[in-house]
Amino acid sequence: MPELVIRGGTVIDADGERRVDVAVAADGTIAAVEPEIDATGTGATVVDAAGCVVAPGFVDLHTHLREPGKEEAETIESGTRCAARGGYTAVVAMPNTTPAIDSAAVVRQVLDAGRAAGLVDVHTSAAITIERAGEHLTPMAELAALGVKLFTDDGAGVQDDRLMRRAMEYGADLDVALAQHCEVEALAAGGHMHEGAWSSRLGIPGIPVEAEELMVARDLALARRTGARAHFQHLSTVGSVELVRAAKAAGQQVTAEATTHHFTLTDACCAAYDAVFKVNPPLRTAEDVAAIKVGLADGTIDAIATDHAPHTTESKELPFDQAPPGMLGLETALALAITELDLPLAQIIGLLSWRPAAIVGIDDDHGGHLVPGRAANLCVIDPAATWVVDPDATASRSRNNPYAGRTLTGRVRHTIYRGTPTVLDGEACR
Amino acid sequence: MKHLLAIDELGADGIAEIHRLADAFVEVNRRPIPKVPTLRGRTVVSLFFEDSTRTRLSFETAAKRLSADTMTFSVGTSSVKKGESVRDTIETIEAMGIDAIVVRHGSAGVPWQIARWSSAAVINAGDGWHQHPTQALLDTYTALGHLGSLDGRRVAIVGDIKHSRVARSNIAAFTLLGAEVVLVAPRTLLPPDLTDWPVRVVSDLDGVLGDVDVLYLLRMQRERMTESLVPSLREYARRFGLDRERAARLGDGAIVMHPGPMNRGVEIAGDITELPNVVVTEQVANGVAVRMAVLFWLLGADPVPTHEEEPADA
Repeated sequence: MPELVIRGGTVIDADGERRVDVAVAADGTIAAVEPEIDATGTGATVVDAAGCVVAPGFVDLHTHLREPGKEEAETIESGTRCAARGGYTAVVAMPNTTPAIDSAAVVRQVLDAGRAAGLVDVHTSAAITIERAGEHLTPMAELAALGVKLFTDDGAGVQDDRLMRRAMEYGADLDVALAQHCEVEALAAGGHMHEGAWSSRLGIPGIPVEAEELMVARDLALARRTGARAHFQHLSTVGSVELVRAAKAAGQQVTAEATTHHFTLTDACCAAYDAVFKVNPPLRTAEDVAAIKVGLADGTIDAIATDHAPHTTESKELPFDQAPPGMLGLETALALAITELDLPLAQIIGLLSWRPAAIVGIDDDHGGHLVPGRAANLCVIDPAATWVVDPDATASRSRNNPYAGRTLTGRVRHTIYRGTPTVLDGEACR
Repeated sequence: MKHLLAIDELGADGIAEIHRLADAFVEVNRRPIPKVPTLRGRTVVSLFFEDSTRTRLSFETAAKRLSADTMTFSVGTSSVKKGESVRDTIETIEAMGIDAIVVRHGSAGVPWQIARWSSAAVINAGDGWHQHPTQALLDTYTALGHLGSLDGRRVAIVGDIKHSRVARSNIAAFTLLGAEVVLVAPRTLLPPDLTDWPVRVVSDLDGVLGDVDVLYLLRMQRERMTESLVPSLREYARRFGLDRERAARLGDGAIVMHPGPMNRGVEIAGDITELPNVVVTEQVANGVAVRMAVLFWLLGADPVPTHEEEPADA
């Protein structure tokens, strides 16, 4: 007996596109995928998907949930509710919390709170170094055994070349991704936006593209030597995309992500000194935006990530050079991808779901194939719906949404997490 | 509400209008009692998050000569030290009833934020590396006094352009008034990208000395040494400092300007600051008149508020 039936939609998954209904069993798995599933008399909840696309739930490799430590900006519950509203069924929490996610205790705390919220699968990354201080490795094997699939000191890159080599050597045996926020501090320190024509005009110290590209080049070299699975977080420059493209062409097994804001916004957005547009890596030029789009189109970049980074209004009202970097992203990701990327919908869905899922090894449960027996992690999207972004219409505790007032195309209607609706008709229902 | 945040917002006409007003206030400042009742009943607040005694005194003198009430919000001893946000500070000051805020802040862009939050006129008295419009207004006013017109004149700005709000505002102001601006600096002291800047860039001061009408020397801050932007003050002085020998090669009628305070022996040799074509004290004197002009331009057009009741049907 199906518990829930999604009727009238077109399924798009890694197997292609087909007009089918999807029945979900009481245990939260997919019971049937067939052209017509009649739910009458079964007592099953019917979810309308007429004119819509039924896709695997999305997977965000880069989410700042802020808990523990910055609960005034976001909690695991509020952040994962944003994720559900964005069509996500799994997120990877970033480790730059207070305390940092660098020990078994904090990993367990985050995973437990994620399960308690019950809105998406909360996976957590863990820091590469203790307290993200760049000096000593975390107990990577112990943390991997708890389920950590991705290690990063996100918020900063590991500066010490030798320590990063050690992390890759040690991590190479653990079936985990060694992810990097690529930023050489010696070049980036003191910078608050992309170094270029706009920073020169605005008198804001800049972060040059080389700060990112030098570390991308270093990690590619170290990954070649160590065989570690290197993953490049939030690539933002022409040069970074070229480096990764060349490495892949040479047969190197590395992966990369790009954020929605790095293919949508440019450094010109900083012209009014509104720190909502301050982010790290910084918004770059139109040429960089174009390179990110090409990288997503040609497979150089494997996944769209959000780098959802909530900050309180007070902190974003600080002077530009004192405000913290970061912007919201979970609730706008699909729409930005549809609006900004000139790609087939199936490719966009792949960049949001099964390709990031594969990077952290959760593609059995998320993304991939909508077939009976799999966990029913799904979203129903209306790719043609247009809407205007309202920062107050959010599940987040924060309002640092840089797309206020923009008209976007493509909207998440329903999200089904392990068989249970988390979002129906655009509204969080749990 | 009208503000003065950056030079480009003024345009050539705006600059000319403020300069015309300044002519009248120069005359006022020559009177035995240099004071007019123009802004009686108006309140001007100086809000200096970064110390600048010279600029603050210049603004306060200007406001007092226009009979405005002045308040100084001294950040060093205030609630800001206790963690109060700029926005809360502004709302607190506004609640006291004010007409203009003169703001200096170490971070670029803060005057724009304040203008969004405040209903008073905001005057940018320097924001980070970004803009210092009243400095450029008084500098162009001073240069015009010597050169008559700036159209086609050549202005060399020498030194640390990268970190200089004075340079950014002066490049805009001199260019708007028709002058050609050349920047003289090593690459380390230039903004990283000068695309669309209406300037020529050279690294050789001696090559432009005989060719300029205005030689504008910027202050070389000592902390730049620790960042290795130049190897030493000695080497900087040798390449970019104005000494007696270089001063002698300036053309007839060329003037030497500096925003102050001067590092004698670095950007300018100590023994030449008294030369007649060094107009630094004139810049300071004009600064008061130009700031009176700015205050009048922003506040003088509105009727002075009275305490009379508004008509019930207004």
